[in-house]
Amino acid sequence: MKLELRGISKAFGSFYANKDIDLTVDDAQIHCLLGENGAGKSTLMNVLYGLYQPTEGQILLDGKPVEFSGPGDAMASGIGMVHQHFMLVPVFTVAENIALGAETTKAGGVLDLQVTRKKIREISDRYGFDVDPDAVVEDLPVGVQQRVEIIKALVREAKILILDEPTAVLTPQETDELLDIMRQLKANGTSIVFISHKLREVRAVSDVITVIRRGQVIDSVSPESSTTELANLMVGRAVELNLNKAAATPGQAVLQVKDLTVVDPAGTTTLDSVTLDIHAGEILAIAGVQGNGQTELTEAILGTQPVTGGSVKLAGQELVGKSVKQILRSGLGFVPEDRSVHGLVTQFSIEENLVLDLYDRPPFGKGISMNLEAIKKNAAQQIQGFDVRTDNPLNPASSLSGGNQQKVVMARELSRDLKLFIASQPTRGVDVGSIEFLHRRIVAERDKGTPVMIVSTELDEVMELADRIAVLYKGRINGIVPGDTSREVLGLMMAGVSQEEALAQAEFAKAENEPVEAQPASEHDNQEGEAQ
Amino acid sequence: MSEKAPVVPGSGKPGNDLLRQITQGPGLVSVLGVIVALVIGGLLIAVTDEKVGETAGYLFAQPSAFFGEFWRAATESYVALFNGSIYNSSQGFKPFLETLTVSTPLICAGLGVAVAFRAGLFNIGAQGQIIIGSVLAAYIGFAWHLPIGLHLLLVIVFGLLGGAIWGGLVGLLKAKTGAHEVILTIMFNYVAVYLIDFLMNTQGFRRPGETNPISPILDSSAIFPAIPGSRLHLGFVMAVLLVLAVSWMFKRSTVGFEFRAVGHNPEAAQTAGINVARTTIIAMALAGALAGAAGVAQVAGTEKVLTGGIAGSLGFDAITVALLGRSTPWGTFFAGLLFGAFQAGAVNMQITTGTPIDIVSVVQSLIVLFIAAPPLVKAIFGMNRKKKRSSKLEPTKAGAK
Repeated sequence: MKLELRGISKAFGSFYANKDIDLTVDDAQIHCLLGENGAGKSTLMNVLYGLYQPTEGQILLDGKPVEFSGPGDAMASGIGMVHQHFMLVPVFTVAENIALGAETTKAGGVLDLQVTRKKIREISDRYGFDVDPDAVVEDLPVGVQQRVEIIKALVREAKILILDEPTAVLTPQETDELLDIMRQLKANGTSIVFISHKLREVRAVSDVITVIRRGQVIDSVSPESSTTELANLMVGRAVELNLNKAAATPGQAVLQVKDLTVVDPAGTTTLDSVTLDIHAGEILAIAGVQGNGQTELTEAILGTQPVTGGSVKLAGQELVGKSVKQILRSGLGFVPEDRSVHGLVTQFSIEENLVLDLYDRPPFGKGISMNLEAIKKNAAQQIQGFDVRTDNPLNPASSLSGGNQQKVVMARELSRDLKLFIASQPTRGVDVGSIEFLHRRIVAERDKGTPVMIVSTELDEVMELADRIAVLYKGRINGIVPGDTSREVLGLMMAGVSQEEALAQAEFAKAENEPVEAQPASEHDNQEGEAQ
Repeated sequence: MSEKAPVVPGSGKPGNDLLRQITQGPGLVSVLGVIVALVIGGLLIAVTDEKVGETAGYLFAQPSAFFGEFWRAATESYVALFNGSIYNSSQGFKPFLETLTVSTPLICAGLGVAVAFRAGLFNIGAQGQIIIGSVLAAYIGFAWHLPIGLHLLLVIVFGLLGGAIWGGLVGLLKAKTGAHEVILTIMFNYVAVYLIDFLMNTQGFRRPGETNPISPILDSSAIFPAIPGSRLHLGFVMAVLLVLAVSWMFKRSTVGFEFRAVGHNPEAAQTAGINVARTTIIAMALAGALAGAAGVAQVAGTEKVLTGGIAGSLGFDAITVALLGRSTPWGTFFAGLLFGAFQAGAVNMQITTGTPIDIVSVVQSLIVLFIAAPPLVKAIFGMNRKKKRSSKLEPTKAGAK
C-alpha cells in the first residue's frame, strides 16, 4: 500500500511540532524517519496513527484521501504500529494478547482463541518468528515480545507497519534479527516506516531515509550516505562523531568492588557477586541490556540500594554501610540513569538543582542557613561552563530540554573534586550535539586522573568511551574485556554467551564470512559487514 | 529475563502530584474560590430569608419586591459580618482586634499544616497537636509558679514541645514503618481528644471545688499581655514571628531546602544524599510544634484556662487555612486572618440579621471545595481552555529544542 502525507502540520498552540511535512512511502518500502529526540517523528506518526488530528494537510492511502479519528480507524485502513513501549498485558498469553480488542467469540460470548492461535502459527511460520501462542508474555524475552507486537499488527492485516524506535530495548543480536524480519516483511509487500536515531541500523535496512529536524523535513537521502553526512543533516551542523580520545594512562585501582550482592525483597538476586576494579584515569564501561543489574550496581555504590553482601572500597575506605551523604562526601560524583526521577527536582529552579547535593556545604550552606548569593554565582558559572540553554536560572528545571537537564546534572556532579565518577546513561534522550559535548567532559574528567564508571545500554556509547568494558548479564559480570572489543563479541556476551565462546564464535563467523547463527538470508549480512 | 518497566516521571505517585496541585497551585484559584463561595453563601442566605420567602409568593405579580428583598438579605448579612469583624461606626476598629485574636491560633496551626504539606506530608493531626501543646502549656501555667517573663517563656516552650512530640511521633512511625501519616494523624487526634477528656477529670488538672472539667486559671505571669479593652494578646506577635521564621526557613535555610526537595521528589532527594526518613521526622515535629503554638495562644492568651474543648475545630480549620494559603507562610497568614474575620463577625451577623452562624461554616466548606477542585473554579471563570493549550504546548516545545 502506498502512503502519502501531504503538507502535514501539527500545531500545539502557536508551536508547530510538525510543519508542512511531505512524505511518500511506496509499496513494499522500508522508509526510515531519522531525527533527534523531539524532532517531531513521534508526533508525525501519532498523526498518521490517528492519535492526533493534523492541523493542516492530508493523508492519502493508495491515492485516496483518508481521515482517522482514532487508532481504530487507522488499523481498519491497514496501518499498524509497534510502540516503543509495548502495549501488551504481561500476564496474558500471546494468543490472548493478540485477540485482545478483536476477539472472536462462539455462541454466548465464549472466547474462541482457536482461530487466533491458527493465525499466529501461520504468521509465525511464514516469517520464522518462532512464537508459541500459549506462552505467557511476561516470560518472553523482549525481542520475542516485540515480535508479538508485530504479529498483532499483521493479524489485523496491516499493510503499513510503523515501528517506533524498535531497537532501543534489544541486544545487538536481537536487533539484527529484527532487521531480518523487516526485510522479510518488505519482501511480502508490507511497507514499513522505521523510526530511529541509530545511524548504523538505519543505513543497514532502509530504502529511503527522510531526515526530520525541528518538525520539518530536511532532506530525503539514500542509505548509501555516510554516517557523518546523516549526523550532520540530523543535527544541522557539522558533528564530530569520533571522540578521538587519547589512550588512558591508568594508575592505581581506586574503586574496588568485591563480591557485591544484592537480593531484592522478592528474593531475586539482582546483583550476583560482582567483583571489579576501576583504576585512576580510566573509564570502565558497564555494558548490558537494560535490567541486568546495572541500576542495582550503581545504586549499591551510592548507598541507596541495600546491599546483601560484599564490599565497595573507594581509595581503601569501605563504603558499604555508610549513608548516601557520607559516600557523596567521600568524593563520589553520581549521575543517575533517570534524570527526571533521581537527578533533578524538576520543580526546583535550575539554580537550586545545581546545588542539589551541595546545598549544605560551604560556600552554599553554613549551619542551617544558605548563601543565596553563592548559589546564584555558582549557577551563572555552571550554566556558562556547560552551555545550558536557558534565559533564566530561576526557571524550573522542567522548563529545560532533556539535553540541557542532563547538562545541569553533569555540571553539578563534576563541579567538585572527585575520587570517583559514575554516570548511568549519560546521554539518554540527549541530542547528538550535546552527546559530543558530554562525552568530552567525561573524558576530561578521566584525564584529570579520576576513575570513571559509565553505565550504558547503547553499545555505541560504550565503545566510544570505554577503556575497558565489563558486561553485565543477569546480575553477574560476564567478563571484562578491552575497550576495543568488537561489537559482535560484546553483543554475544550481552546475551549471556561466555567471553571465550563469544570470541570463538566471532572468530568462526569471520573466518566463514557467515552470520553467527546459521540463517537463510546471508546476503544482507555480508552487506552489513561491509557497511561497518 | 524480565524487562524493567521504564520509569515515567510522576507516574508512580499520582496521589502525591494531586496533593501538590491542591496544596501548592496558583493563588488566583484561591482568591476566585473565596469569591465564588461568598456569592453562593449570599444566595443561600437570601433563599433562607423569611421576607424573601414571602415576596417569592407574589414573584410574578411584583418581581421587583422579590429581587429587592433578595439583594437586601444577602448584602445585609455580609455588611453585618464586616461590622462584626473589621469596623463599625460605634466601636471603630475594635472588632478588627477581635479578628486578630481569633486568627492567631488559626495562623499558627495553619503554618503547621503548611510546613508538612511542603514536605509532602498531609498533616491531619493539627487538632491532636494543639491539644497536647495546650495541655503541657496550661499545666506549666497553673501548676508551676515562676517569676514573670520566665514563666511565660516556659509555657511557650512546653507548648511547642508538646505539639512537636505529638507530630514527631507520627513522623517517626512513618519513617520507620512506612505507615501513612494521614491514618496516623487521624488516630493520634482521637488519642489526644480522649486523653484530654481523661486528664480534665484528674485531680492534677481539674480546678479544686469544681465539678465541671475545667482547669485552674493560669498564673498571670504565664499569660500573654493583652491590649486593654480587648482580647488581643501578644500571642498574635508570636504568630507573626512564626510566619517570618517559616518564611525564612523555606527561602534561606538548608532545612527548608530539604523539606521542599523531599516534598517534591523524595527519590531525587535521597540520591542527593538527603536523609528522607530524618527529614520526615523533623518536618512532622516542626509541624506539630507550630500547631502546639496554637495551643499556647489558646490557653495563655484567649482562654486562660484549659478545657476539654480548648481546640474547638481549630485543627481542621487549620487545614483549610493552609489550603487557602497555598501552603506559603504569608498565604497562610492572610487566609488565617480571613477565617478569623469570618468567625469573629459571624456572631454579630446572627444577632443583627438573624442569619444563622452556620452559614459561615458553609462558606468555609465551599472554599475548601473550590480549592480542592480547581477545575471547577476555572470552568466558572472560563480559564480552562487557555490553560489546557499552554500546558500541552510546553512539554513539546521543550522536547523539540
